[in-house]
Amino acid sequence: MMHNHKNESVFVSGDEAVALGVRLSRPHVISAYPITPQTIVVERLSEMVEDGSLVARYIHVESEHSAMSAAMGASSVGARAFTATSSQGLLYMAEGLHYASGGRMPIVMMNANRSLALPWSIFGDHRDSMSMLDSGWIQVYVEDAQEALDMTIQAYRIAEDSSVLTPLMINLDGFILTHTYELVEVPPQEEVDSYLPPFSTPNKMSLEDPKSMGFSTSPADNMEFKYQQHKAMMDSREVIKQADKEYAEIFGRSYNGLIDCYQCDNAEYILVTAGSVTGTARVAVDSMRSKGIKAGVLRIRFMRPFPEQEVRNTLAGAASYGVLDKDISFGYEGTMFTNVNSALSGTAHIPRGINFIGGLGGRDISVQDIEEMFEALRLCPAHDYTEYRKNRIRFVNMGVSIHE
Amino acid sequence: MNNKRITVKNMTDKEYFFGHKACAGCGGSLAVRLALKVFGDRTFAALPAGCMSAVGFIYPQMAFLNNAIISTFPGTGSMLSGMRAGLDALGIKDTHVVGFAGDGGTADIGLQALSGAIDREEKIIYICYDNEAYMNTGVQKSSLTPYGARTTTSPAGENLPGSVMHKKNLFEIVAAHDIAYAATASVGYPQDYLNKLSKAALVEGTSYIHIYATCPTGWGTPTETSVSLAKEAVDSGLWYLAEYENGEFTLNRRPKEFFPVKEHLLKQGRFKHLKDSDIRIIEEARDKKWKRMLEHWK
Ligand SMILES: Cc1ncc(C[n+]2csc(CCOP(=O)(O)OP(=O)(O)O)c2C)c(N)n1
Ligand code: SF4
Ligand SMILES: [Mg+2]
Repeated sequence: MMHNHKNESVFVSGDEAVALGVRLSRPHVISAYPITPQTIVVERLSEMVEDGSLVARYIHVESEHSAMSAAMGASSVGARAFTATSSQGLLYMAEGLHYASGGRMPIVMMNANRSLALPWSIFGDHRDSMSMLDSGWIQVYVEDAQEALDMTIQAYRIAEDSSVLTPLMINLDGFILTHTYELVEVPPQEEVDSYLPPFSTPNKMSLEDPKSMGFSTSPADNMEFKYQQHKAMMDSREVIKQADKEYAEIFGRSYNGLIDCYQCDNAEYILVTAGSVTGTARVAVDSMRSKGIKAGVLRIRFMRPFPEQEVRNTLAGAASYGVLDKDISFGYEGTMFTNVNSALSGTAHIPRGINFIGGLGGRDISVQDIEEMFEALRLCPAHDYTEYRKNRIRFVNMGVSIHE
Repeated sequence: MNNKRITVKNMTDKEYFFGHKACAGCGGSLAVRLALKVFGDRTFAALPAGCMSAVGFIYPQMAFLNNAIISTFPGTGSMLSGMRAGLDALGIKDTHVVGFAGDGGTADIGLQALSGAIDREEKIIYICYDNEAYMNTGVQKSSLTPYGARTTTSPAGENLPGSVMHKKNLFEIVAAHDIAYAATASVGYPQDYLNKLSKAALVEGTSYIHIYATCPTGWGTPTETSVSLAKEAVDSGLWYLAEYENGEFTLNRRPKEFFPVKEHLLKQGRFKHLKDSDIRIIEEARDKKWKRMLEHWK
């Protein structure tokens, strides 16, 4: 592995790490609207544009809808675009999310995961991005500031790949990641330049080859476009793995592609997580293991494309699995749980699964909470079926479960 | 850019917007067609949802010779901003970034994005073709629908005369941003429109042209009267030709005597039901507006 020695280490927040990653990715256009806890990203970026360390147009848009609309305008002429938002802002640009993915515009966006009103809450959960799961964006959930920086650079590589041409959303847990300071390695610009070539696409308006974009279709044509969009997203799985591999070769850091496992190899009880809570879960796993309980954590990095095969292969051999959702689809269950269950369906042996709904509106999830989850996973295979189904959806830290 | 005065006689034969599916006599499509003849090959256009995008981008039959894209319905101004920023950042020089949006896409749902773009002094040209209702969705009332107009959401009946609101004063709202250049126009006065397009093409900051654009389908008017009706609207004082530049308003046309409002309105299906009392309300509003314009505008 080629390790460079020019890396600079800085003590920065997750938001700042994203801003550093954006600068290294040399976007042409940044359009964004402030919302807690995303604001620091756009503040840093505007400072970088001011001091000339980032040569880009910073558009002070008047709303998130316009932030996405302007990013699409930039992308449509072949420029590299970045935006960032959170929560209410993400919902406000919902029309644009589907529009950008349908238009195959490889925009990169950082989303600071935050609860949705009502009730108002500025604190973190995954309800904002999960509610946009079907918008056609690649969705990655990072675990720390270093991964945030690294993924920002990789994001453009993945999104702009000619077989992908799909926008990408990088999710950081609000406050827990966006505002926590960590030591982060910042790779040198020349190496990022060699990893990430300038954006080049045939899918743009140009003077040499004028085009009409964003057109309408009849029912006779529409499905072909949607099929291609789906195929591109499925194909992005290999591109994501390749991008990670090459990144590791140059920068010495790998994130293992679509999922990231801890102690899963011989694990009997596996908890599925996303984002920053994974660190807490690893501590709980260590403590379970010290008691002789074979626990493991499967961190979902990419929710779209969904790592179906990886999830199935990892969970199929377990005695039971839990899915910790910082989200709920009211009237059913956590969205990750639904996706994980779907990945398992059709396998010969489907272990029992429990959905833990936690962290809504920023509520803390402690090591002890997760140890209790593993306890529940340990007990559940032995329960009679009715009993198990009754307590399948549990609210962490509230003593409540949804009875079917 | 070409500094020669562009006229109907010397303008290019090149067509930039053709083969589209607009209705016969569509004033909006005429506004787009003439504008592109002035702006030319190096134009990047954005059109939000609305009639002009609906008739011009039906896959696989694209109607624009130049680069063009459909924007979201609310997002014309912001998409234009992004296009301009992208072109500039890529070093693509001497381009026109032009929006063509309907009255609804401009005065209602797109007003926020338009305001933002003007405020940022983007070098873009925004053209509002005003057919006085949401036509693409089947003639619903917008804030630019005039008093007394029957639309599918402002029906005329026993109790209501159609729309009970007057047109939003969008031209002055735009001017209030202290925009570099704003103008009103009418497809009934093509030379005036061409002059304004030529001027807009040279403006360094943002320019806005609000063109009155007949819609035979939505207005219930014969297709062959689209140009004459749009001229009459100006002659009757219900529309006006004006400019805003350097902080000042200028009236480009001051009819000595107004063409009779009643005669003009009753040619249109959407006004057929109007009573004399409604006509008086319309005339009073017109006179009030003209009094103000004549007093304060050059
Ligand atoms: C966000 C959103 N709301 C509503 C619509 C539906 N819609 C499409 S075109 C249109 C009417 C457009 O009216 P106008 O802007 O006046 O243009 P015209 O059709 O009259 O040319 C409406 C309401 C939409 N496409 N997007
Ligand atoms: S409905 Fe009116 S605006 Fe729409 S295409 Fe027909 S004439 Fe033009
Ligand atoms: Mg209209």
